[in-house]
Amino acid sequence: MNTIYALASARGKAGVAVLRLSGPGSHAAVAGLCGPLPEPRRASLRRLVKDGVELDQALVILFPEGESFTGEAAAELHLHGSLAVVQAVMQALAGEHGLRLAEPGEFTRRALENGKLDLAQVEGLADLIEAETEAQRRQALRVLSGAIGRRAEEWREKLIRAAALIEATIDFADEDVPVDVAPEVLALGHAVLADLRREALGGRAAERIRDGFEVAIIGAPNAGKSTLLNALAGREAAITSEIAGTTRDVIEVRMDIRGLAVTLLDTAGLRETEDQVERIGIDRALSRARMADLRVFLISDEALPGIEPEDGDILIRGKADLGGGGVSGKTGQGIAELIEEIGTRLLERSASAGVITRERHRLAIERAIEAMESAMSEVEKGTARAELAAAELRIALRALEALVGRVDVENLLDEIFSSFCIGK
Amino acid sequence: MKHLDVIVIGGGHAGAEAAAAAARLGARTALVTLRADAIGVMSCNPAIGGLGKGHLVREIDALDGVMGRAADAAGIQFRLLNRRKGPAVQGPRAQADRKLYRLEMQRLLAAEENLTVVEGEVVDLRMEGQAVTGVVLQDGSEISARSVILTAGTFLNGIIHIGDQRQQGGRMGDHPSVPLAQKLAALDLPRGRLKTGTPPRLSGRSIDWASLEMQPGDDVPVLFSFLNRAPIARQISCGITHTNEATHDIVRANLGRSAMYGGHIEGVGPRYCPSIEDKVVRFADKTSHQVFLEPEGLDDDTVYPNGISTSLPAEVQESYVRSIAGLQNVVILQPGYAIEYDYFDPRSLRPTLELKSIEGLFFAGQINGTTGYEEAAAQGLVAGLNAAARALGRDPIHFSRSDSYIGVMLDDLLTRGVSEPYRMFTSRAEFRLALRADNADQRLTPKGIALGCVREDRRIAFAAKLDLMEQAHAALQARQLSSRDLAGTGITVRQDGARRSGFDLLSFGEEARETVESLFPDFAALPAEIREQVAIDALYAQYLHRQEQDARLLQREEETRLPTDFDYPAMPGLSKELALKLARLRPDTLAQAARIEGMTPAALTLLLAHVRKARRNAASA
Ligand SMILES: Cc1cc2nc3c(=O)[nH]c(=O)nc-3n(C[C@H](O)[C@H](O)[C@H](O)COP(=O)(O)OP(=O)(O)OC[C@H]3O[C@@H](n4cnc5c(N)ncnc54)[C@H](O)[C@@H]3O)c2cc1C
Repeated sequence: MNTIYALASARGKAGVAVLRLSGPGSHAAVAGLCGPLPEPRRASLRRLVKDGVELDQALVILFPEGESFTGEAAAELHLHGSLAVVQAVMQALAGEHGLRLAEPGEFTRRALENGKLDLAQVEGLADLIEAETEAQRRQALRVLSGAIGRRAEEWREKLIRAAALIEATIDFADEDVPVDVAPEVLALGHAVLADLRREALGGRAAERIRDGFEVAIIGAPNAGKSTLLNALAGREAAITSEIAGTTRDVIEVRMDIRGLAVTLLDTAGLRETEDQVERIGIDRALSRARMADLRVFLISDEALPGIEPEDGDILIRGKADLGGGGVSGKTGQGIAELIEEIGTRLLERSASAGVITRERHRLAIERAIEAMESAMSEVEKGTARAELAAAELRIALRALEALVGRVDVENLLDEIFSSFCIGK
Repeated sequence: MKHLDVIVIGGGHAGAEAAAAAARLGARTALVTLRADAIGVMSCNPAIGGLGKGHLVREIDALDGVMGRAADAAGIQFRLLNRRKGPAVQGPRAQADRKLYRLEMQRLLAAEENLTVVEGEVVDLRMEGQAVTGVVLQDGSEISARSVILTAGTFLNGIIHIGDQRQQGGRMGDHPSVPLAQKLAALDLPRGRLKTGTPPRLSGRSIDWASLEMQPGDDVPVLFSFLNRAPIARQISCGITHTNEATHDIVRANLGRSAMYGGHIEGVGPRYCPSIEDKVVRFADKTSHQVFLEPEGLDDDTVYPNGISTSLPAEVQESYVRSIAGLQNVVILQPGYAIEYDYFDPRSLRPTLELKSIEGLFFAGQINGTTGYEEAAAQGLVAGLNAAARALGRDPIHFSRSDSYIGVMLDDLLTRGVSEPYRMFTSRAEFRLALRADNADQRLTPKGIALGCVREDRRIAFAAKLDLMEQAHAALQARQLSSRDLAGTGITVRQDGARRSGFDLLSFGEEARETVESLFPDFAALPAEIREQVAIDALYAQYLHRQEQDARLLQREEETRLPTDFDYPAMPGLSKELALKLARLRPDTLAQAARIEGMTPAALTLLLAHVRKARRNAASA
């Protein structure tokens, strides 16, 4: 049984972040960071150190087997709630043998399997799950559109092709398939490998910049979005950068709201149009707005085509200076409250998104790199080890599942049958 | 009226294996088939085994089934496919003498104590509510039984096509099974049409063998059964020839007259068994395709040209075949044809192959959307064991993706259904390195012994083998060598201070074999096949170790059964889409549910929670 860990508290610049570990190796892993262990069930202050570098001063609590939430030996680390600290400690744990990041819902599942969850609580699981699936859907959508999505699609095609070539020489060996597929497999594999390595390197540095929520401001062209955006950015928050899109579709403003990195998106005015170019701009703005974590709808008398508020979105009247309540970029009325509201809603959602996902992706990419490297070296050793190359490639594909989507044997067979004339 | 435990309808490859398995488990069994002398007929190519398929035959044999033994008795050319690749992907294959195969199969079935063969056509099923209680034969007689297995192959509403001619038939020379097909239609099970094809049969005397390249069998034949060591029948070679541009031109010019291309067939055919028409159309830039000329028997003039199945009119077949080198004067004994038939959506089945909606009725073989003798036989085995278990009041018998290709096939069929005839490939098995043809006995024979479907002779042979395997491992672990000990032996290891056992050293591959044997004389003294097997285990050891965790998780999920009456739409927390899918597919186990598209870890947890709750409620009720 693996030992798993995950951030148990909502992320963000809260006072405390709780990291939870569960499984047979959990106590040893904690000992690896803090030295002598405290007595079970006793909160104690410890310095967490990895490779001589102090990561944080944390409260450490150990739970013996049978007396934890999951029923397994478990531990909790109460860290200072900064992203950097949480990240550093999670990375330290990731390097431990036998430890891995928990799958979504895995703590609960272990609790259930060990008979630790009161079955009356089961119904309560439902809400949690609903939230989680919604977050996952959004997550998947975001990964699979945009730049990383396009790259993932390329990886997917190359990996399927590479795996199919190897499988073809295995499963159709006595038929008319090219005998030496190695050059093509190596070319495909190394191309993906180079991309993955770049991603893994760039990933960490870029993470902090990219890591953040997107909030779209939506309204008809004259609803007062731009003044509102300026007001939001100018008064309560620090603008970290301002990028005007090359097209006029989307303007981004990055700011910090209650410790969360937030990108405000000013979408192009939404209206019916005959103009081709404007239509494209509006479509793009719409899809961007749909994928944002939160939408602020500025309501005016004009109807908005093409987008509906979802549960949890903010609806508010703009141009409050003209009377009738709401928010006004011109006078500042309601701005502080709006920022407060955005912060609250994002913090609520942050529990299942953010660091964990990114961390998960980074680990997945690292695992994939390792497997791809072995796969390439097996391919170089010749066809006698084709099944081992295939096994490594499969491990890589499974690791990348969250990024490239699931690749299963049907995809490989499709590729084989469309490229080779096979069959006696 | 006769009362029995198990009735098997159909004496094809699924039926024969099913009947033998049920009888071995101790069930009084009847095999009802159209013609007793057609039991074990190979409808298409005269060969057993191959990649993935050979694995299935070994697994059947490990459970003391009949296919492997019949194939060994009838084999006239044995070849281990992928001999130069890793052992996990090597598959035994044999070309079989059709007649010898049929006769051996009939002999093996006749030797089964609890088995009787009944000649006749089943025209109806006896039902009591939603449970089957027996069968009705064409002459009006009835047989009752607790379990019934249907293995009607390509016979249900079978239609044979040659060019634009069509006729009813279960395969060439046999009537289709129409009355039963009509009765089955009334059961309202989801079904569809599939098709497959077969090449023309040629007269060997009219082939110019001298001009052809010949392919002999392996010097050291590898057999199917763990009980056999050497072939019995005389061994022969096959011829190899190729189609050419002229062949393709003839096919191309007549495409409109092909049953498949003239739009006469609605069924879907297998992509991996393309007809010559398919090959010429889909791979237009290929100017030549390989054709194997396989004799169908030692005293049979018929030759099976592997690679040119077709549904063109007979006269076109003659002209394209005669355009091929070595076949200029060939005589066609029987034209090639395509056959269309009914199959049932296997997602209606439980992992025992019993229908979810009708108690006691099991489906096996081609009617479940598969193709191939081995796939049919493997399902027959599963259905036979489970039909007997049901009749005898015993627990169902399950197979897992992590213990066998049989388990992989069942799971694929039951969770995905089929969109084209399903065939086994090694790439379908994610635990391929563990599920090997060489270790099928170690994976499954203990299970068979526990079930009681393995006979004395095999039990003894297996125990002896295990004993030798243990000796081999003990011999290899007897000494742990450092890198210094190994200096000058020809094996170079990292200077990491680690000490390595003989087993560790074997993982270095073929090159290390000789050195290990000289360093560990007790190991070297053991029989070659034992040393071979241990070396294979060593080669894959680190991978097997890495996969163990996955395998265990899978097994746990496979063992968690989902109640058939779960009200998914009423479960709070499941998305509507997922709830509907679950309600429609009714997965039997958590493992099946996990493979449903769109399933999330969280939703699985929820299902597990409900299973627990249902169990607790049942316990306290
Ligand atoms: C033309 C053709 C081409 C093929 N090509 C290939 C190929 O290229 N590759 C490949 O792998 N496989 C091929 N096959 C398939 C292979 O033959 C089958 O997969 C295999 O035989 C299926 O076994 P089975 O036991 O399910 O059915 P079958 O072998 O078809 O056996 C069915 C049995 O049921 C009996 N039966 C049917 N109805 C009744 C009834 N009402 N009452 C009593 N008995 C009944 C029949 O007499 C027969 O004995 C082909 C088959 C045909 C006919």
